[in-house]
Amino acid sequence: METFIQLVVDGLATGSIYAALALAIVLVNQATGLINFAQGGMAVLSAYIAYVFVQLGLPIIVAILIAVVLSFVFGALVERFLVRRFERGDPDTAVVVTIGLLTLVTGISAVLWGYNNLAFPSLFPLTSVEILGAVVSVRSLATAVTIVVIMVVLQLLFLRTKLGLALRAVADNPSSAAFSGLPVGRLLMVGWGLAATLGAIAGVLVAPQLTLTPGMLDTALVYALAAVILGGLNSPIGCVVAASAIGVLENLVAVYVPLIGHDLKIAVPFVLIFVILILRPQGLFGRKVVVRV
Amino acid sequence: MTLLELKAVTASYGPVQVLDGVSLSVPEGGSVGILGANGAGKTTTLRAISGTVRTGGTIRFDGRDIRGLRSDQVAALGIAHVPEGRGTLGQLSVRENLLVGAYLRRDRKAIETDIEYCLDLFPQLQDRVGSRAAALSGGEQQMLAVGRAFMARPKLLLLDEASLGLAPGTAKTVYQAIRRLRLESGIAMLVVEQNANLAFSLVDTATVLETGRNVLTGTSAQLKGMDEIRRAYLGG
Repeated sequence: METFIQLVVDGLATGSIYAALALAIVLVNQATGLINFAQGGMAVLSAYIAYVFVQLGLPIIVAILIAVVLSFVFGALVERFLVRRFERGDPDTAVVVTIGLLTLVTGISAVLWGYNNLAFPSLFPLTSVEILGAVVSVRSLATAVTIVVIMVVLQLLFLRTKLGLALRAVADNPSSAAFSGLPVGRLLMVGWGLAATLGAIAGVLVAPQLTLTPGMLDTALVYALAAVILGGLNSPIGCVVAASAIGVLENLVAVYVPLIGHDLKIAVPFVLIFVILILRPQGLFGRKVVVRV
Repeated sequence: MTLLELKAVTASYGPVQVLDGVSLSVPEGGSVGILGANGAGKTTTLRAISGTVRTGGTIRFDGRDIRGLRSDQVAALGIAHVPEGRGTLGQLSVRENLLVGAYLRRDRKAIETDIEYCLDLFPQLQDRVGSRAAALSGGEQQMLAVGRAFMARPKLLLLDEASLGLAPGTAKTVYQAIRRLRLESGIAMLVVEQNANLAFSLVDTATVLETGRNVLTGTSAQLKGMDEIRRAYLGG
């Protein structure tokens, strides 16, 4: 039983990493209608930027804040000067562009900092507490809490603020939104900037645990995409729930189903997706997209 | 006072020139129709005004040259475009669509009053306030599109084929509501409409386009029943 609880708790901790990335993907999708495959790569770049400022002797929290601000600018510029050219065209083209961007950003990180694992200091203390017989690191707990807070803020942003309404309007139909005076270009930049900010937070939260490498979030991106599909593309809460479920499930399956083990556990969320999408094509929490012609 | 003036406006989509010198003017609070057969350039004239097509010539609104502005800049000056094929935001609720229409306004109380007004103007929308626009019927979507345009409190409304794809009875209801909106709000209107009867129910004067050029301009009374009108609509 203790093993079980420990596995669940560890699963929730890894799940919160997937959740952070998933939230950034949902944010871009809500604000621009696209899926940004480069989200993981951009988050790693943000973590490297924070690393540089830590190396310069700044306190970790200051370094993170600088990285967050620079990431907002970087995200906005990526939209303005790269993605903008493809937004009005075929969505498939835009998706391929973001995959290209992932390769590029990962390559830039590798050129600047190499492939060696770099130790990234933790924002939270490295002590542990005991909950229901399971050992929980304060870091995992704090990470999970941070993610939940971000999720709530995002949900409120989209559903309760004028900016959120404007972002959704632009994602729904940019030219129609412009007829109501919405500055479409600027709103798209803000959407990408906010997503990059979120990615940056995800990057610095997981870097201490995974240690910093250019491909640090590659696997996490796969799980995050799984969570996004599972939870529903337009539901921040759904994504966090799905990401946590995936984290727990992969842990349990790896230990309790010897046939799958640690090598095949990456397939588990996808089998789950397959089953769930047959039953609920819009995802667990997503709203059905209705199109009437 | 002239609110909107077009002089020798040209427009093209890539190499295809669609407008070949369109001129018209809309007085403050006036309502002007653009008539003509399919492909005459009616929709493109509206798009030239709202900045969604590359144009030449002169377009003046409220005393300033607006040619070449982006559509959000045009909207900010007080022109609301209800495009062909509705123009609602499908995944947003009815109320959210109306709020998007009021995006540039800061007067929160008046915005709520105007939402109430829209629902009074289009009672069919009252029970659908929380529904997503995509789930509405065609007529309800058209009403919502007009309501959303009104929420910007524009000086000029560009209305493109509000009857397109609607059952005759529904189209009539929509036009009656728009006529009421015009009387009560004093918003000037530039109206493109295939159905001549509906058009004349709303406009004071009209201009007839043929292959991107004005061929005839007059008051509704003058134009009703003229052979050119029949020809322009029936293409014969």
